[in-house]
Amino acid sequence: MEISMKINGAEVTHDVEPRTLLVHFVRENAGLRGTHWGCDTSNCGACVLWVDGTPTKSCTMLAASAAGHDITTVEGLEKDGKLDPIQQGFIECHGLQCGFCTPGMLMTGRWILDNNPKPSEEEIREGISGQLCRCTGYKNIVDSIHWAADHPAENEVSA
Amino acid sequence: MTAVQEVPISAGGNPIGFGSMKRVEDQRFVRGQGNYVDDVNLPGMLHSAILRSPWAHARIKSIDTSAALALPGVIAVLTGKDLEGIPRPSLLGDNFAWMPTLSYDTQAVLATDKVRFQGQEVAYVIAESRYIAKDAVELIDVDYEPLEPVMDAKRAMDPGAPVIRDDKGQTDNSITDVHGHKTWESGNAISTAEAIARAEADPNCVVVTQEVMYPRVHPAPMETCGSVAHLDKVTGQLTLYTTSQAPHAHRTVYAMVAGLPEQKIRVIAPDIGGGFGNKVGVYPGYVLSILGTIVTGKPVKWIEDRGENLMSTSFARDYHMTGKIAATKDGKILAVDVDVLADHGAFNGVAQPTNYPAGFFHIFSGSYDYPDAHCKVTPVYTNKAPGGVAYACSFRITEAVYVIERLVDCLAAELGMDPAELRLKNLLKPDQFPYTSPTGWVYDSGQYEKTMRVAMEIAGYDELRREQAEKRARGEYMGIGISFFTEGVGAGPRKDMDILGLGMADGIELRVHPTGKAVLRLSVMSQGQGHETTYAQIVAHELGIPPEDIDVVNGDTDQTPFGLGTYGSRSMPVSGAAAAIVSRKVKERARIVAAAALECSPDDLEWELGRWSVKGDKERGKTIQEIALLSHSSLELPEGVEGHLDATAVYNPPNLTYPYGAYICVVDVDPGTGVVKVRRFIAVDDCGTRVNPMLVDGQVHGGIADGIGMALMELIAFDTDGNNLGGSFMDYLLPTSMECPSFELGETVTPSPHHPIGAKGVGESATVGSPAAVVNAVMDALAPFGVRHADMPLTPSNVWRAIQGNPIRVDMAIE
Repeated sequence: MEISMKINGAEVTHDVEPRTLLVHFVRENAGLRGTHWGCDTSNCGACVLWVDGTPTKSCTMLAASAAGHDITTVEGLEKDGKLDPIQQGFIECHGLQCGFCTPGMLMTGRWILDNNPKPSEEEIREGISGQLCRCTGYKNIVDSIHWAADHPAENEVSA
Repeated sequence: MTAVQEVPISAGGNPIGFGSMKRVEDQRFVRGQGNYVDDVNLPGMLHSAILRSPWAHARIKSIDTSAALALPGVIAVLTGKDLEGIPRPSLLGDNFAWMPTLSYDTQAVLATDKVRFQGQEVAYVIAESRYIAKDAVELIDVDYEPLEPVMDAKRAMDPGAPVIRDDKGQTDNSITDVHGHKTWESGNAISTAEAIARAEADPNCVVVTQEVMYPRVHPAPMETCGSVAHLDKVTGQLTLYTTSQAPHAHRTVYAMVAGLPEQKIRVIAPDIGGGFGNKVGVYPGYVLSILGTIVTGKPVKWIEDRGENLMSTSFARDYHMTGKIAATKDGKILAVDVDVLADHGAFNGVAQPTNYPAGFFHIFSGSYDYPDAHCKVTPVYTNKAPGGVAYACSFRITEAVYVIERLVDCLAAELGMDPAELRLKNLLKPDQFPYTSPTGWVYDSGQYEKTMRVAMEIAGYDELRREQAEKRARGEYMGIGISFFTEGVGAGPRKDMDILGLGMADGIELRVHPTGKAVLRLSVMSQGQGHETTYAQIVAHELGIPPEDIDVVNGDTDQTPFGLGTYGSRSMPVSGAAAAIVSRKVKERARIVAAAALECSPDDLEWELGRWSVKGDKERGKTIQEIALLSHSSLELPEGVEGHLDATAVYNPPNLTYPYGAYICVVDVDPGTGVVKVRRFIAVDDCGTRVNPMLVDGQVHGGIADGIGMALMELIAFDTDGNNLGGSFMDYLLPTSMECPSFELGETVTPSPHHPIGAKGVGESATVGSPAAVVNAVMDALAPFGVRHADMPLTPSNVWRAIQGNPIRVDMAIE
C-alpha cells in the first residue's frame, strides 16, 4: 500500500507492506537511520520519534497509522546548521556514550522542555523513564536536559 | 609519574593533554549520524533470520524446509545437515556445522544431532527482506524428541543426570579445560584449611560460612548483535561489518572457522551501541552471515532481535559460591576459602585467557591483609545458553568482589562490628605495595584507607549511622552498604595470557603528517568509551599536538594494527600505554630531526611540551609541527636516520594494573511491600591517572546503574522445563532513571607505577564494585528482621520473602 507522511517537514511517499512498522519505514524507506530499534516490546525507547509533536515509540506503531501525520526525527532537530540546545546539552554534559539511545533521549528531552521549560530533576527523570540507557546511569542525561533548559536558543521563548 | 597538572589549552579550546574535554564522537551521535551495523546497507544486500529451538534439550528427528523455500522472496534455507555438507579446509574440523569457542570447546553453528538450550540455532533463512526471512522461519517444520533438560548446576553433577555433550563422547556433564583439568584451584588449600580449623577450635575466633549465588544475568546493550557479510567472489575478499569488541581476534577466528586466508578477511566494527562483553564472543549468527554470502554470492545482513539477544548470545555469572571466612573476635581476618560451582551452559564459550579458566576469580581474597586463601571452581554443562564472561565483569572479578564483600559483611554481622570499621582494620597499607596476594596476584599500588575515608566523608558515614538508629527506633528500615574492591585489569602479560593462543599485547601506529597533524591507529575498539577523544589526549600529552589535530582510527582490521580488543577494562592499561610509548618513539625521532635542523647534538636538546629546544638557549628550538615538516623535507639527516616521524609499537604489559575503589550505598526498604529505594550512591574510584575525568565519571555512572540493576532486578531465570524466563525487556528488567539516584563521586589518584602514564583503567570498576554495596545496604536494612543474606536480585517479592525468612532460591530452576 502507498503511504505518505511528512518527515521533518518533507513529504515522503512509499509503497510498502501494510504491516510495515513506522521505525522501519523511517529507517529503510525514508533512509533516516538516526532513529534506532532496540527491543520490539516498547520497553527501551531507542525508536522514539515525534508523531504530531508527541514522543512515540515507532517500533510498535504501523507506518500506515502514521500516514498523513507529521513525523519529526532526530535529524530534524538541527536548524540551519545550528544544533538544538538539547543536542548541545548532551555534548556539554557527557550525556551519551555509545549513542544508541541518544536520538530517543534527545526527542523526549526536547519535548519535556517544550512543555516545561524549567523542569525539576524529578520531572526530567519521570519524563525519560520510559527509555533505557545502559551507559550513563541517566545522571548526565538529566544534567544535559537541565543544561538545555538553562541555554534556550535565541528564537525560543524562555520561561 | 604523571599527575594531572596545569594543562595548556589549544586554539580549539581543548586541553593539550589530560583533563575533561568534550567528546569528538558526540558530533555525529547527536545528529543521528552514527553508523551502527544495522545502518550498513550494501547494494544487492539480502537479509536473514535464524530459527531457534523452543526446547532446552531435544533430539532433532527431522527438519522440513520445503514450505519456507517455497515462499516468494526466500533465497536459501540452511540446516545443520547442509552445513555438514560444506567442506572446510581448516584445522578445526572438516565441516561448518561446528565451530570452536574461545575456550577450546566446540559449539554448534546450526544444531545437527540435538538442541542443547532454548534459543539454540537450528536453521538459517536468507531472503530478500527481513520480513520475508522472519515469515520463512515460521514455515520451517522441525520434529523434536524432547529430552529431560538439566536446568541447574547441582543437578548437572548428579551421576544419573542426562548427558548434554554426548557429541563429545562425554558420560557426565563435567567440563575439562585445555590443560585437562576438571576443577580450577588457586591459593593454598592446606594452609587455608588449617587456618580455618584453628579458628574453629579457638574460642577467640569465629568462622562464618555463607552460600552466595551470583545469578545469571545478561549485559543487554541497547544495540543487539549483528553483522553484514560480503564475499567478493572475484578477489576472494570477505568484508564483515560486525558488532565486535575485538575485531582483530575475530578476524583470526573467522580465518580458522571459515578456512579463508586471513589476509582476505577484513573485519569492520562500525559504531557499536554498547558492548559490556556481549560483543566479545563469536556467535553462530556472525558465522551464518559469512556462510550466507558464500552460498548466495551477495552481501547478507543478520540482525539479532532482542529475544535472541537475551536468550542466546552471551550471558554472565551463574556462579554458585560457598565462602568461609575466619577471623579473630576483634575483627582480624585470618583466612578465606571459597568453593564454586560454575554453570557454563551447553557449550563452554567463555572468553578469557587460556591459563585462567575461571577468569580472574582468583583475586577473590580482595583488598585485605591476611595470609591464607584458597578457592576451587568446578565448571559444569547445563542446558542453558553458552557464554560466561560478559557484563563488564573483568573476567569474573565481579563474582570475586561480590563473594568477599558479602563475606566481610556477614562477618561484621556475626561480630557485631561496624562493617566500615572491620574493613579499615583489614585493608592493605600503602607500604605493603607491591603486594603479593595469597593467590599470587601482585597488586601494583594503592592507598586503600585514604580512599575509604574519602568515601565515608562524602557519605557522612557517622551521621548516616545516627540517622539509621533513629529510624530503626521508629520502625523504619534504612540500610548502609559498603563495598571495597580491587580489580586486576589490563590483560595482559604475554607470558601468562592469551586467548586461543593469541597473546594479549596490543599494537598501535602513529602517523604524523608533514603539516603536524596526526593519525593514531588503535587495535582496541570503543563501544561508547570515547576512544576517539581520550587517545588523542594521550598523544597530545606526550607530543603537544592539540587533540583536535589528531584523528583516532579504530575498528577496521585493514586500517589498524593487531591487538585483542576492548573488554575487561583493558584498553587504557594496554593500548593507553601503547599510545604513550608510540608517542615517545615519535618524540625521539623528532629530537634527531630537530638536532639536525638546529645543527647540534640530540643530547643538547631538551623537551618542553610540543617543542625541542637547545639546553640553556630556549629561543633556539623547533615545534613538533615544524619538525614534522622538516622530517619530510630535504634536510640532511644523520647516517642511518630514515626521516619522517611515523612510528609503531606493541605494548606487552609487565603486569596487570589494579584499580580499586570504596563504594557506599544508602537504601530505604519498605518492609510491607519489599520495595528498595536506592537513596544515595557514593563512589570513590582510584584508577590512577585520569586522562579525561569527565569520561571516567561517565564510566563509573554507568557501572553503578549496572550494579543497581543486578542487585535489584536483573535475572535470567529458567523453569524446570528449560524455558528462559528472561527473554524480553518485559521480563528482564533493567534500571531506568527512576531507580538510579544522582550518584556522588569522589576520587583518589594513585598512579600505576609500571604504566607509562600511570593509568589503571576504569571501564568495569563500578559494575564490579557496586552490586555488593547495594546488597550489603539492603541486608543492613533488614538486619532487625534477623536476615543475614538473600541472593540477588532483591526484587520486592524477594525482599518481602526474606523478611518472612524464606528468600527466593535463585540457584535452582523454577518449578
